[in-house]
Amino acid sequence: MVDGENVVATRLVLHLNGRETACEAAPDRPLLGVLREALQLTGTKYGCGEGQCGACTVLLDGRAVRSCTLTVGEVAGRTLTTIEGLASAEALHPVQQAFLDTEALQCGYCTAGMILATVALLQEHPQPTEAQILEALDSHLCRCGTYHRILRAVRRAAELLGAAR
Amino acid sequence: MTEDLLHEACDALYLPSLRRRGFLQAAGGLAVLCAVGPALGQADDPRRAEVGTWLRIDHDGSITVYSGKIECGQNIRTTLAQIVAEELAVDPTSLTLVLGDTDLVPWDAGTFGSQTTPRMMPILRDAAAAARAALLDLAAARWQVPATGLRLAAGQVREVGGPRQIGLGELVAGHQLLRRVGQAPATAPSDWRVAGQPQRKANGRDIVTGQQRYPSDIVRPGLLYGAVLRPPGWGAELTAVDLAPAQALPGVTAVRQGNFVGVAAPDSAAAAAALAALRPHWRPAAAAREAELWATLRPAPAATLQRNNVAAGLAQAAVTAASSYRVAYIAHVPLEPRAAVAEWSDGKLTVWTGTQRPFGVQQELQQAFGLTTAQVRVIQPDVGSGYGGKHTGEAALEAARLAQAAGRPVKVCWTREEEFQWAYARPAGVIDVLSGAAADGRLVAFEQHNHNSGPAGLKPPYAIEAQHTEFHRADSPLRQGSYRGLAGCANFFARESHLDELAHALRLDPLALRLRNTTDGRLRGVLEAAAERFGWAQTPPAGHGYGIACGYEKLSWVATCAEVTVRDGRIVVERLVTAFDCGAVINPDTVRNQIQGMHVQALGGALFEALHFADQQITNRWLSQYRVPRLRDIVPEEIVLLDRRDQPSVGAGETPLMAVAPAIANALFRATGQRLRDLPLRLPQ
Repeated sequence: MVDGENVVATRLVLHLNGRETACEAAPDRPLLGVLREALQLTGTKYGCGEGQCGACTVLLDGRAVRSCTLTVGEVAGRTLTTIEGLASAEALHPVQQAFLDTEALQCGYCTAGMILATVALLQEHPQPTEAQILEALDSHLCRCGTYHRILRAVRRAAELLGAAR
Repeated sequence: MTEDLLHEACDALYLPSLRRRGFLQAAGGLAVLCAVGPALGQADDPRRAEVGTWLRIDHDGSITVYSGKIECGQNIRTTLAQIVAEELAVDPTSLTLVLGDTDLVPWDAGTFGSQTTPRMMPILRDAAAAARAALLDLAAARWQVPATGLRLAAGQVREVGGPRQIGLGELVAGHQLLRRVGQAPATAPSDWRVAGQPQRKANGRDIVTGQQRYPSDIVRPGLLYGAVLRPPGWGAELTAVDLAPAQALPGVTAVRQGNFVGVAAPDSAAAAAALAALRPHWRPAAAAREAELWATLRPAPAATLQRNNVAAGLAQAAVTAASSYRVAYIAHVPLEPRAAVAEWSDGKLTVWTGTQRPFGVQQELQQAFGLTTAQVRVIQPDVGSGYGGKHTGEAALEAARLAQAAGRPVKVCWTREEEFQWAYARPAGVIDVLSGAAADGRLVAFEQHNHNSGPAGLKPPYAIEAQHTEFHRADSPLRQGSYRGLAGCANFFARESHLDELAHALRLDPLALRLRNTTDGRLRGVLEAAAERFGWAQTPPAGHGYGIACGYEKLSWVATCAEVTVRDGRIVVERLVTAFDCGAVINPDTVRNQIQGMHVQALGGALFEALHFADQQITNRWLSQYRVPRLRDIVPEEIVLLDRRDQPSVGAGETPLMAVAPAIANALFRATGQRLRDLPLRLPQ
């Protein structure tokens, strides 16, 4: 890692997708770059670099956050989940299933962020109101324009999660 | 029959190439091939006559389909599979589609213009039909029975009313079979069983689990991360730069070739730091001013020229109208910015990149590096959308230069800022319209001139004897290029707004005026379907207005109705209804998804999207500065698909974008009496 002329790489330990994962990175590096490059978890996407699109969303201690504006130093020692850590070996997470069931995607580049934001939303509000869905997802950009389906996917996911309880 | 079914021409011309590419394995298989044909190429491109393999069935029973079209969210990976599966009576999810890999697929001009369904689909359908006929013949010979007593089902050839069945792999094993496209009839849409139905997205599971590898996700052994030094504005010239401070950093390669300066480093942060270490000197170009844009695009109005017999038509008119419309530059904003990974190996260059024209990018790379076709392979992984904005190979060229210098694979991913500033925009335009009508609404003259934004969708879909339409090129201050629907949005907006102005002057209902001038049955079909579903005949609520617009473009017909009101000084679209006729619908859920998406995307161009510039830069070049449609912007909508099983299937990813903005502008006029002639529509403050 290079910061101006100084090399300041540090060994950091992340609680990532249920495992202790070590990586060498400068603590001030954006988490997104470390996930995608050092750890090769490319399911988390770059879309804007300023927290405006939600493509880089990950779960930090269960809450949806933007990995492009967080540094890796800020998340060391805390619990992180990326899209790769959501499904169990056998079954999709109900939110993943809901996005498939409603085909709430076109190119799919925004989908990982949408799914993780929905997981966090339904954790907090198992039966979200329209206003709560808007608050959680309005800052997530789907340029293909599948928002109507994303709304359906959120409601379908709430049903699937409710049935599983 | 053990004799191979080799077609002479294919044998003589193409077997060596097919063997080299490994299409025909020693263990046997079936390949269906033909010339690309002029339908897919540009007339002047020699490669249009190349022969390639479209479909292959291997001795293990696997079926692979090859096409130069690319998947960018329009869902052709699913719909093309449905069509092939229909002919071969297999599960569409069992097929493998190889798309956009220049080493493996027949040459193709690119994925644009809604051509995949009308042009590519029939080739793959006919290839599958030829394969089906070959398989039935082979089984008939094997069992010494007539082929007419055999059928394909669930990956087998089966004897109708008999016990015999054989898997496709076992059937082709040991044979080297070639067939040409067009040797057997395909299934008519009226008999479809797999096509014509909703079908889940082919790679949906990979997408929801994060396993899908987009171009920016490609990783190669020893991969470095590249970054490119950008000038302070378009046209600036690099007068001096010292690469030494960047090269002194660990693991960094810095390159200068003319105006191009880039770095490759072990990770993206190191690449950014290396760029920051450079101290370039630039000579800026003279800056174009946004305030002068419209005069630059249209130095003088042309609509009063009255070309052809328009003047004579106007002389008979009871009412005439002349008006001018403007559309802004807008950005595609594909959520995945441009990205490429380049790797040199034994003099051969391989590039994974997001592009709608893999063969076009191959050609750009050949020219830049002096390489032959065989020395450049472009692979296009399914991409994070394009909307017409990814026809070019900028990132591919940058990655290839850096990889050549570094001697290792290099990835270049553009930032959002780079995508706004250095990609190309949808053209701005000025459109002048002049028309005349008899008192009963019959159009007797029509003239439309588009300045700069393009000729697509310029010709009116109405029956007008005296008409003239013309596109005028201009010197655009911004780099501009294709955008979903090309100039269809601009020209529909101008024409359909203008017709509404004429209807108002004639005191005629806007729908009645359009129907009065419609002889095309399919245009009438979408107009009536949209109006009926919308409830056009009803009186809008107080303060609300209804608007309608329609047209024909890219072989399909569309009509959109909008209900609009104004709240708190803001245009509010209450609902949209679109009726669409794209012939026989291959996957109705996909077409609905596309139209829903275009309703949303059209709202951006209609209501708020516009690029601004100063000092040779886009001034709103981040997502925090350029507003795009969000979840809160969606409106209630209905979609009517006129599934015409008696008509050829055509594309559905562009035309439904076009009638939304004029329908909204027309509804706004009915609601408020204000006629807005510029996109995006903005109420005077």
